[in-house]
Amino acid sequence: MYRYSDFDAAFVASRNSQFRQQVERRIDGSLTEDEFRPLRLMNGLYLQLHAYMLRVAIPYGTLSSAQMRQLAYVAQKWDRGYGHFTTRQNMQFNWPKLSDVPDILDALAKVQLHAIQTSGNTIRNVTADHFAGASADEIADPRPVAELIRQWSTDHPEFQFLPRKFKIAITGSPNDRAVTKAHDIGLRMVEQDGEPGFEVIVGGGLGRTPMIGKVVREFLPRADLLPYLEAIVSVWNLLGRRDNKFKSRIKITVHEHGIDDIRARVEERFETLKPAFNGIDQTILAGIEAQFAPPEFRVAPTDAYDTAYANDPVFRSWADTNLAAHRAEGYAIVQVSLKKQGETPGDASAEQMRLLADLAERYGHDELRISHEQNVILPHVHKSDLPAIHAELKAQRLATANIGLISDIIACPGMDYCTLATARSIPIAQEIATRFDELKLEHDIGALKIKISGCINACGHHHVGHIGILGLDRAGVENYQITLGGDHTETAALGDRTGRGFAADEVIPAIERLIHAYLDLRDDRSESFLDAYRRLGADPFKAALYPEKQESRANAA
Amino acid sequence: MPRIYTPKVVTANALIEGDVIYLTANDSWTRDLSSAEILTDEAHAQLRLLEADSRQAEAVGAYLADVKPGKTGPEPTHFREDFRRTGPSNYFHGKQAQR
Repeated sequence: MYRYSDFDAAFVASRNSQFRQQVERRIDGSLTEDEFRPLRLMNGLYLQLHAYMLRVAIPYGTLSSAQMRQLAYVAQKWDRGYGHFTTRQNMQFNWPKLSDVPDILDALAKVQLHAIQTSGNTIRNVTADHFAGASADEIADPRPVAELIRQWSTDHPEFQFLPRKFKIAITGSPNDRAVTKAHDIGLRMVEQDGEPGFEVIVGGGLGRTPMIGKVVREFLPRADLLPYLEAIVSVWNLLGRRDNKFKSRIKITVHEHGIDDIRARVEERFETLKPAFNGIDQTILAGIEAQFAPPEFRVAPTDAYDTAYANDPVFRSWADTNLAAHRAEGYAIVQVSLKKQGETPGDASAEQMRLLADLAERYGHDELRISHEQNVILPHVHKSDLPAIHAELKAQRLATANIGLISDIIACPGMDYCTLATARSIPIAQEIATRFDELKLEHDIGALKIKISGCINACGHHHVGHIGILGLDRAGVENYQITLGGDHTETAALGDRTGRGFAADEVIPAIERLIHAYLDLRDDRSESFLDAYRRLGADPFKAALYPEKQESRANAA
Repeated sequence: MPRIYTPKVVTANALIEGDVIYLTANDSWTRDLSSAEILTDEAHAQLRLLEADSRQAEAVGAYLADVKPGKTGPEPTHFREDFRRTGPSNYFHGKQAQR
């Protein structure tokens, strides 16, 4: 894992000390809120419905056990004993006091964490495949490049006042787990004639105007990455619309100018910028790469795993559902679900965080990951340790076997916390998960991604959910719109809107009708909900959602 | 005939804790919506909002929220204000836990 250089440590310390003084000046009345607001946002501090919220960056979703333990400490000492993992691999604390935030930031800096550029119109935390460095299907670990991008983008003088926020995601695997096509820039590692490089995707995004990103460069040699990124962001920085907040993101710029025009401008700018990068970035990258050397994987028998798998049905179900293929023989990637039915998606208590830190330290080469699907990953676990890990997870209510299933729901905080929300998300997620657990249908239904947002800004990724749910305020009542057929992977697609929205108490019955229709319509168990939707189209699913329409049609006939 | 003015309260978030506060008739801040001053006159409401806005060292983001008079004082007309006076629905945190 990356360790801070002296420069990094001094930079974070000086920023924290500046912010401490800014907070003091706000409290003693020398700064008004209008003056203070941009300063706090630069440091990840929001004011939400019931309290402040501090968003801590988890760069490319990677944490050490010491960092996870410190997050637990912050949750317990200054918050209400829990934290919330987000769809951009960050952690949000929902209840800090303004006067405590400088101390919190100092505590985080001790373990090389910060909240810089987690808000505001800057380049945000770079997200990455949460299986990076572990996955069997990977070309290379994308995290050294993500760290290089972080260093380049942090406090980049040209990019502190962008037209709007800017998000970059990177994956090293052909199976896209990083939602690269729904980011301002998505990077996919590819090879051409044995040379490593990137496919560069630009102009993706969700929100009010969802767009699937377009390929701006099919193959970019690895060494050209930073000048090329700088070219894209600087072209948009000049071209992007500052007259209308809703049209300022690069997806609109690409849409309005066309990808060919943007490509031509970027290539021209790139030619100017490239000579300015004299290779120092590649030297730095080599240094970063050395710090991401893979752990020394153990060679050991897997008897303990084989025995538990053969004899313990609960363990077997968890292993079948929550493990993913690791690149090293005898190893597995463990996905720890933060979605126990009825709980808040993405929330972890301080005790749970401590246990996860302990498990990573004892069994997992000291590494943890946060997925954009709001779960925690132990990326490097030898299979012989899995029975012990499973037993400990069970004790902290973390052994739910539901990864990728109907209760593994992404949900934004919604109107339970967020000032932008137009409806609640969390209770809908809780009710869906609880209902299908009662029906004991979850494993029969199989792979299904439900994603819920509490407003059109789409933090809950509803556009790319197999089933997307969008909470709106319709004449002073919470109302939920359903989309179908979205996909966040390499075959990315936006969901189709089905029709009128549902009142809060109609949503769960509607989802139930939808799922029963799918179970009736699928060829067999191997055909997932998304596959069935793609084969059959929207009509049979709409018919299940809106049975009253079918009735009125039948009556008319 | 002039449009009937929907009653309002002045509400904001406290500077330090960030929690929801309401302006009372005696110029103090209360954490409890039912103790807030109900404003039924538009001009008076705008004036109270200006006064609240000037108290930068106590409150953030003051605005006028619609209410309706109830048995124990003002009550929210919109679910957002109902959540603000209560707290989140997933945990017993916020105002509901402080009563």
